[in-house]
Amino acid sequence: MFDYNFHWRAAFKALPDMLDGAWVTFETAALSMILGVAIALCLTFMRMGKQPLLRGFAATWISIARNTPSLFQVYILYFGLGSFGLHISSWAALLAGITINNAGYLAENFRGGLKAVPDTQLRAARSLGMSAPQAYRLIVIPQLLRIVFYPLTNQMVWAVLMTSMGVIVGLNNDLTGVTQDWNVKTFRTFEFFAIAAVLYYLIAKAIVVLARLLSWRLFRY
Amino acid sequence: MIEIDNVHKSFGELEVIKGVSLSVNKGEVVSIIGGSGSGKSTLLMCINGLESIKSGSIRVDGTEVHAKGTDINKLRQKIGIVFQQWNAFPHLTVLENVMLAPRTVLGKSKAEAEALAVKQLTHVGLGDKLKVFPGKLSGGQQQRMAIARALAMSPDYMLFDEATSALDPQLVGEVLDTMRMLAEDGMTMILVTHEIRFARDVSDRVAFFRNGLVHEIGTPDQVIGNPQRPETAEFLKSIN
Amino acid sequence: MFNTSFTWNDLLFLLDGAKVTILLTLVSMLIGTLAGVACGLFRALLPRASIPLAWLLDVFRSVPLLIQFVLFNALKSIVGLNWSAFSVACVVLGLYVTAYCTEIVRSGVLSVPMSLRRASRSLGLSYWQDIRRIVMPMATRVAFPGWVNLLLSVMKDTALVMWIGIVELLRASQTIVTRIQEPLLVLCIAGAIYYVMSLVVARLGARLEARWQEND
Repeated sequence: MFDYNFHWRAAFKALPDMLDGAWVTFETAALSMILGVAIALCLTFMRMGKQPLLRGFAATWISIARNTPSLFQVYILYFGLGSFGLHISSWAALLAGITINNAGYLAENFRGGLKAVPDTQLRAARSLGMSAPQAYRLIVIPQLLRIVFYPLTNQMVWAVLMTSMGVIVGLNNDLTGVTQDWNVKTFRTFEFFAIAAVLYYLIAKAIVVLARLLSWRLFRY
Repeated sequence: MIEIDNVHKSFGELEVIKGVSLSVNKGEVVSIIGGSGSGKSTLLMCINGLESIKSGSIRVDGTEVHAKGTDINKLRQKIGIVFQQWNAFPHLTVLENVMLAPRTVLGKSKAEAEALAVKQLTHVGLGDKLKVFPGKLSGGQQQRMAIARALAMSPDYMLFDEATSALDPQLVGEVLDTMRMLAEDGMTMILVTHEIRFARDVSDRVAFFRNGLVHEIGTPDQVIGNPQRPETAEFLKSIN
Repeated sequence: MFNTSFTWNDLLFLLDGAKVTILLTLVSMLIGTLAGVACGLFRALLPRASIPLAWLLDVFRSVPLLIQFVLFNALKSIVGLNWSAFSVACVVLGLYVTAYCTEIVRSGVLSVPMSLRRASRSLGLSYWQDIRRIVMPMATRVAFPGWVNLLLSVMKDTALVMWIGIVELLRASQTIVTRIQEPLLVLCIAGAIYYVMSLVVARLGARLEARWQEND
């Protein structure tokens, strides 16, 4: 059955390269999360506001982000922007695609989370004389953070895994891109991708562990 | 003083306050009793602007609560309110809960606010629970913390919305004692309560609410001891 | 109007791709849900014994789908199986859905309050009768929104199979773009098709949920 020779040694030689790629993967995902959270907060407040134009904009963004594949979003940024004369790198398209997606999903999470913070908390804060921005900043958002922490962690893991799409639009310095480069050179598809799989698994687990530690520190109540 | 003048309030189609007028003078303790759904809690929420009113007026020290130009945040510094469900801020310690508003609203320094908070918390008997999170306290303790939190703003008026209704019977006493102490210190208070004996002991006047209106009002001895209206007597009998 | 080389045939080609997308989604959801319900029950009812299973399923959630497709494709060649790329995709997606569905079913089952189960047992129902008639119906209602989300998610993830050569909707649109060089137009149309498919599923799901709620 197995007349295939596994050449693990060749694969292990590529490990340093792959670790470099893993670092790029992590950085890209982290950046997309930071941007995604910031945009998601804006979208959430836009949706709660009174301006119909902003509300519509936010709703449209969230709707498109959640109802179309993220690969599609990366594609349309990488290929579609070309029609307007804007040529962006595959890394930029990947980052933008993942960020847009993050923002859409996180905005939904924030909305659900806000509903879970009892509005009696807001009342109590306002009754003490706090203005609405103060009440949100000091009372609502800290509680929101605890509620959405688990979905946030999941989204981060998702972002890390999704960076692998970059290779489809030509990205070659993240983990999958590096792996594919080596694959094309040596045709040892299984060995190289197996190691890549292990690396992704470790990164995903590390994020979950770190998140748990962080939540233990932040949410001691 | 607080002047409530012919206030009407509806929730959609349902009118819950149908023309209530009431004045509360400085230093007075007024208790409001009545069945559920009679509009008592809603009235309290209207006094500090948490609920809007359909018509009529509510004036606190001459300022119209529901006028467009009123700085409601400033007004709320003068009116403290304690809710049925204490609404402790779960992510802050007891001390931080009480310090928060003096620091962010009144602009006090950290040291000032802390000293003030310690004083109020000791006054209500929570001096040894300063660094604890509210989740670890009993309902009665959380409610006393809520009282201290409201008092830390040095309000002129204190509103109590069924402050003991959500507590286990054995914890009610400690909160009532705190409220009694406040009354004896001369605080102007409006209490919505089911504790009739307490209301009789502590109030200067008692108002019986029924169907969104003040049905009967007078001294405790009059309203509770010798009610003039049959519905008042019926209500008092039904909850004994 | 505006000039385009996009023809009706191109639209049909896209729709053929959409059919592949839908087919992949249905097959993997079918396999994955059946397996997921079994595993989910196992996880919920025997939490400690099923820990190894949890670890295994976790792997499928912690490695990018793209990598899983490539690995499985490579593995099948090594082992000598003559499966089509489509079958490979179905297996991989099926495992992926199983992994997520297990969690969804598990939390659904665990959400049924113990007091209700005690009540049914007190009436004389056996263990499995209790599971079948009390726990599962309630768990299904709780788990349903999560399941619909999973369905939508898988439908979008099928776009990744283009890398192992399957012509689904996104690959189909890429083919057309290569020919007529109008990426924005073609991709927008493909995007619209994805959007509509997604909305239809979401709407149906919401309708089903509403119907359940009014009967409860």
